[in-house]
Amino acid sequence: MEINDLRIVVTVMGFVCFLGICAWAYSKHAKDGFDEAARLPLTDDDLPVHNGRLEKEGKANG
Amino acid sequence: MQSQATYNYKVVRQFAIMTVVWGIVGMLVGVIAAAQLVWPELNVHEFLHFGRLRPLHTNAVIFAFGGCALFATSYYVVQRTCHAKLFSPALAGFTFWGWQVVILLAAISLPLGYTQGKEYAELEWPIDILIAVVWVSYAVVFFGTIAKRTVTHIYVANWFFGAFILTVALLHIVNSAAIPVSFMGMKSYSAYAGVQDAMIQWWYGHNAVGFFLTAGFLGMMYYFVPKQAERPVYSYRLSVVHFWALIFTYMWAGPHHLHYTALPDWTQSVGMVFSLILLAPSWGGMINGIMTLSGAWHKLRTDPILKFLITSLSFYGMSTFEGPMMSIKTVNALSHYTDWTVGHVHSGALGWVAMISIGAVYFLLPRLYGKTEMYSTKLINTHFWIATIGIVLYIASMWVAGVMQGLMWRATNADGTLTYSFVESVKASYPFWTIRFVGGVLFLGGMLIMFYNMVKTIAGQKAYNAPVLAPAAAHA
Repeated sequence: MEINDLRIVVTVMGFVCFLGICAWAYSKHAKDGFDEAARLPLTDDDLPVHNGRLEKEGKANG
Repeated sequence: MQSQATYNYKVVRQFAIMTVVWGIVGMLVGVIAAAQLVWPELNVHEFLHFGRLRPLHTNAVIFAFGGCALFATSYYVVQRTCHAKLFSPALAGFTFWGWQVVILLAAISLPLGYTQGKEYAELEWPIDILIAVVWVSYAVVFFGTIAKRTVTHIYVANWFFGAFILTVALLHIVNSAAIPVSFMGMKSYSAYAGVQDAMIQWWYGHNAVGFFLTAGFLGMMYYFVPKQAERPVYSYRLSVVHFWALIFTYMWAGPHHLHYTALPDWTQSVGMVFSLILLAPSWGGMINGIMTLSGAWHKLRTDPILKFLITSLSFYGMSTFEGPMMSIKTVNALSHYTDWTVGHVHSGALGWVAMISIGAVYFLLPRLYGKTEMYSTKLINTHFWIATIGIVLYIASMWVAGVMQGLMWRATNADGTLTYSFVESVKASYPFWTIRFVGGVLFLGGMLIMFYNMVKTIAGQKAYNAPVLAPAAAHA
């Protein structure tokens, strides 16, 4: 097999792999996991616990 | 309570503070270089000549300012979203000090004239080896922390940070391959020759843009925009698809830096086509970031940190539209080698990279010192407007100057001779270079305000390390 055939195979496989990722990302199967992952930064309260957390929540932007 | 394990914020603090410091240094050098173009008398000494300060400016803003911002945010985000302490604090400390030594060596060796002459890869071989060691340590700390995670998912921001770390290691090691000929003289020759050397350099150069200046900062975006807007990412699916689309596409775009050169014509065309395709995944990220605000647009009115983050995404959208257009060969025939390119780079560098970093650092600083907000929110707002006006002046002047230069260089008389000599285009550029200088001064002024705000926020505060969250505590 010529080196160019190998290059063609790798490129086409890369593209098929990408199509597979798209199909997986838009499948129902992946949805619950994605919803859970998307909440990761938000469920993580990172404001200092000892310092004015309650005051901050009392403000209008809480 | 204090016996509880805490996150390692020390290295995040170090990198966050140095982000602001190196931002000021790098942008100051940029302003000096801009002034030298307007007032050539300012080229006072060979060490401080434009030709030596310009690479110092690009290295300082990309690797010192941008690099420190990426280290700080990635170390913070990976800990918080993995609910795990940093893997090997000692190695993390080494990445901080190692990176600062690299920056200092760059600041000394570039003005002295030691250079490999490759754009964004100017540093000579002993420094390149140190960079490789620091970068591999960075990868060990980052992926070690991911491996230690106590949650199931690897949050999308970490995918972007991870891709950025791996790819930059690959790019740096391949492009820096060289035959050293002198240690004390810091001299080496590239391992590649001729057009292969040029192609490898721009494979490196464009992926430095794609992975250092894009993927890494998208990682930042995917954490800090949802955090500051207090809303989840608009579409997690889109984030997965546009991540892989970026990864598969960016690697091919490099040849657009070598249009109409000795590079084979078909290679140039491949580079152009992939650059055009890149518009889709780039805008996927931009739309995903901006739409995260849907239902919370009112926050933009009162929250200057959010203004920085969202404006940065608008500039990201603009420059990733402009980039593919400029990669079209016929457009490139006009734009290449002109100030249009400089304007394009700064719309990405100031508008996207710097603004998202500034927003992220304003988010981080109070949290790293046990506070809920910066010393002055008003000053953040002032910074935002000064920076925005500075960018607009900068980009608009460079667009006009660039198109003018391109048109003057290609103009011919009826008998085929050139209408303008080169120096005539230089003369015509002066007003625009002056406006660019003013834009740069404004942007630098914003950074000085940020420095003041940072010092006031930190003053009298004790360093604070937040407790590590129990695995999946918030949702059973």
